[in-house]
Amino acid sequence: MFYPIQLLADWLTYTVFRIAPKTLLGGAVNFFIFDTIKIFILLFVIIFAVSIIRSYLPPEKIRAILSRKNKYVGNVLASLLGIITPFCSCSAIPLFLGFVQAGVPLGTTFSFLIASPMINEVALVLLLGLFGWKIALIYIISGLIIAIVSGIVIGHLKVENLVESFVYENSINGNMDLPSMTRKERIAYALDYTKDILKKVWPYILIGIGLGAWIHGYLPADFLAQYAGSGKWYAVPLAVLIGIPLYSNAAGVIPLVSALTEKGVSMGTTLAFMMSVTALSLPEFMILKKVMKLKLIFIFAGIVAVGIIFTGYLFNFIL
Amino acid sequence: MGTVKIEVIGSGCKKCKALFELTEVVVKELNINDIVLYSNDINKIVSMGIMSSPVLTLNDKPILVGILPDKERLKEIIFKNLE
Repeated sequence: MFYPIQLLADWLTYTVFRIAPKTLLGGAVNFFIFDTIKIFILLFVIIFAVSIIRSYLPPEKIRAILSRKNKYVGNVLASLLGIITPFCSCSAIPLFLGFVQAGVPLGTTFSFLIASPMINEVALVLLLGLFGWKIALIYIISGLIIAIVSGIVIGHLKVENLVESFVYENSINGNMDLPSMTRKERIAYALDYTKDILKKVWPYILIGIGLGAWIHGYLPADFLAQYAGSGKWYAVPLAVLIGIPLYSNAAGVIPLVSALTEKGVSMGTTLAFMMSVTALSLPEFMILKKVMKLKLIFIFAGIVAVGIIFTGYLFNFIL
Repeated sequence: MGTVKIEVIGSGCKKCKALFELTEVVVKELNINDIVLYSNDINKIVSMGIMSSPVLTLNDKPILVGILPDKERLKEIIFKNLE
């Protein structure tokens, strides 16, 4: 599928820049050009497509769906709908308040809060482009399971008392009618959204792919196996810990990690790391402090972290 | 043109501030108002039934939700809603 891009990358590297093939520099430059073009094409196409779908299913409509569902169905639906919803920590509070005040159960709300940032379109493009569809699929399915199970567990813990009391003082009608959009407006919205995201992530992606290309070309294979191979028990929890403060750089982290995988970091550890980067976000926790007690944030982060660590060990074992 | 109330409501994130600054510029260029209000009152967003931030309102009606458009698009959106 990406063969024409490879031809273009070869032509640019070896003919235009006149770098000798089969050298370290040639390999790194070729890798950088190929990956950059491929990722940006994928980003544009997929973000645009997801934005069009989303224009039919804005969070307000999702809330109306979720407020009518029973517990378990709600957790599954919330996690699935979380996939197409973008998640910017800007929206964490309005989402949380909007869901809870319209009567969506707390556990369902958490399923959504977990799935939405973890399974986002930028991460999916990077996984698909750099790791292939199998790993992307494993990531989506494990992410969904973590979101569903964590939401159900939080729902059973009966932690409503750990939500700040003002949250429950208001209740709103979740069935508002949004003005419907014409097809032209949907396309304009999707283009705006795609540009908005690309503008935000392109430097991180370039830096990530650049460092990745350097690693690809210059570090010996298996360089990291002795530190982070599947035999090292501490690799998974350590990866999760390192991932927590990196959320805003998720776009740059994934290309970097894909190169590290080639050099001996095992797949389960890589998956756990990426999930931690996207799902456990320090800035989001700090923002959520406005609406819930610290204890609930720890419970939430703890359950998700356990899920991610389990996934990491599982795939280190299987793959 | 009568007075219009233009307000950016956000959770205080980077994107919200960027939208506020861009709106100020656009409003000045369109010559429709002197001030753009900026609010961090999330309850205002939620009580409008909206769940994304930032929100741009014109006379308390939301006209832009959750995205930071470029300058030309923002002009277009404000202009369209003034009519």
